[in-house]
Amino acid sequence: MLDVAALRREFPTLQHGVGGRRLVYLDAAASAQTPRVVLDAMERYYGAGRSNVHRGVYPLAEAATAGYEGGRAALARFLGADPRGVVLTKNATEACNLVAYGHVRRHLRPGDAILSTVMEHHANMVPFWHAAEANGLELRHVPITEDGRLDLGAARELVADGRVRFAAVTHVSNVLGTINPVAELAALVRAARPDAVVHVDGAQAAPHIPVDLAALDVDSYAVTGHKLCGPTGIGALVARPELLEGMEPFLTGGEMIRDVTLEGATWNDVPHRFEAGTPPIAEAIGLGAAVGFLEDLGMDAVRAHEVELGAVFLSGLRDAPGIEVHGPEDMADRGAAISFTVEGVHPHDIGAVLGDRGVCVRVGHHCCKPLMRELGATATVRASLHVHNDVDDLEPLLEGIAAARAMFARPAVSA
Amino acid sequence: MSELEQLYQELILDHYRSPRNRAPGLRGEDAHVHHSNPLCGDEMDLRVRIRDGRLDGVAFDGEGCSISQASASAMTEAVTGRPVEDVLGLVEEFRRMMHGEDPARDDDLSDALAFRGVARFPVRVKCALLGWMALRDAIETFQRGAGTHAVTHDDGGDDDDR
Repeated sequence: MLDVAALRREFPTLQHGVGGRRLVYLDAAASAQTPRVVLDAMERYYGAGRSNVHRGVYPLAEAATAGYEGGRAALARFLGADPRGVVLTKNATEACNLVAYGHVRRHLRPGDAILSTVMEHHANMVPFWHAAEANGLELRHVPITEDGRLDLGAARELVADGRVRFAAVTHVSNVLGTINPVAELAALVRAARPDAVVHVDGAQAAPHIPVDLAALDVDSYAVTGHKLCGPTGIGALVARPELLEGMEPFLTGGEMIRDVTLEGATWNDVPHRFEAGTPPIAEAIGLGAAVGFLEDLGMDAVRAHEVELGAVFLSGLRDAPGIEVHGPEDMADRGAAISFTVEGVHPHDIGAVLGDRGVCVRVGHHCCKPLMRELGATATVRASLHVHNDVDDLEPLLEGIAAARAMFARPAVSA
Repeated sequence: MSELEQLYQELILDHYRSPRNRAPGLRGEDAHVHHSNPLCGDEMDLRVRIRDGRLDGVAFDGEGCSISQASASAMTEAVTGRPVEDVLGLVEEFRRMMHGEDPARDDDLSDALAFRGVARFPVRVKCALLGWMALRDAIETFQRGAGTHAVTHDDGGDDDDR
């Protein structure tokens, strides 16, 4: 079990209250808090180890290179991947765009189809729509069931004609919390089309559940550092190196080339081919420290903590008056994000009242407008959990919701 | 009183709980606009009836947070019966107030003056402006000789998105 009281002391931001109240941070799905060990690692780089990477031959530069590559290696280890397949990007959005530009636009042709789902974050949707438009590709979307799960029967029909050559699916929904059976989906896509490439958005999964990419058997996986307790400004596309070998560079310039003449250039090896220019060095070092922090806690323990706590939050919210919780009922099928709506009160008003009480939740459409339409909502409130949350965070949430309901209650008969 | 409590003062809550001129239709309407704010998911239908150069009637309907709904309600009371050019001037007055400027027409703004504090909450400014921007668009739609118009506020409902 996690010692949450001790863990909370590791997160500097959590030490700052709001108007005399304890900060109740229920928004790790938007951005996780940063533990001190990450700040320390980045401080050491800026304070004592500052230099560019991959260029200088002096010891300081070699140390910076080792730190940067150490971040890559740490992430590869954390996800059970080959470091040669880890392209460090700005965030998960850039990782998805890299696949869209480098692979989909390069290899898919009119007549080919892309499979996605209605629960995707815009980041795992729009780059592929854009590519589809450019290349004349067909788009197909897997629908969801009543309780917010992918309809695999429908997916099987959608791939049956063998034209789906690329699939983009999220591992864990940032709205519904649903953990998708990506290995099963990948298998059924490949059963219909053996050379199909399966891309997974792991932004909401990697920070919360153990991920072993070797076992998951997908072609590429996008993550972002700031949801993994790391800094902003870094993410990664973690792919099979062979997929990267066949991809066109997305950004060109320094660092990503092997040789340049006035007539042309040859590309560097993967993954460096996709990392043009001076990379986010401190951020890579911070990301390495962040995944180390999570490994030290143990991802099985992180998941167990969130399953137990999530069940408490789910039943607390369901039992409170006027609250409708979206997504799967059982924590076995879901991650740490819980979306809900409150009868008669707009999510923005809930969020403002909660914020005033030091309770941080996300309100809005969560960059998932197609899913919102499926749910018949314009917006939801989302409370999301991480290692620093505990059962004592539920009461302030419920009290704030009750206060908002009292404040915004309308007469039974509205005008 | 916290800043938030100042924001949600009684007058605003009253307009939210008992909205004025909130209706799904308007008898004899001359123009109908639909405005949406995709960032918040707010939707607003606004209808106007114009007689002899005056705003003879206005009705709004839609879905949104308390600030957007209450602001539209207070607006309808402040503008009904005024010459349309005067209404457009008052829209500009409210818009400037949302950008932190002191309003010159306190009395004319009436209950809408209560939204002055919203200027301190940048993310809510677009909510308070939604009805006002829809009203301006409805009048301009009428002036163009058109009957309906739909606008999506990609930048959060401010003034420069036409």
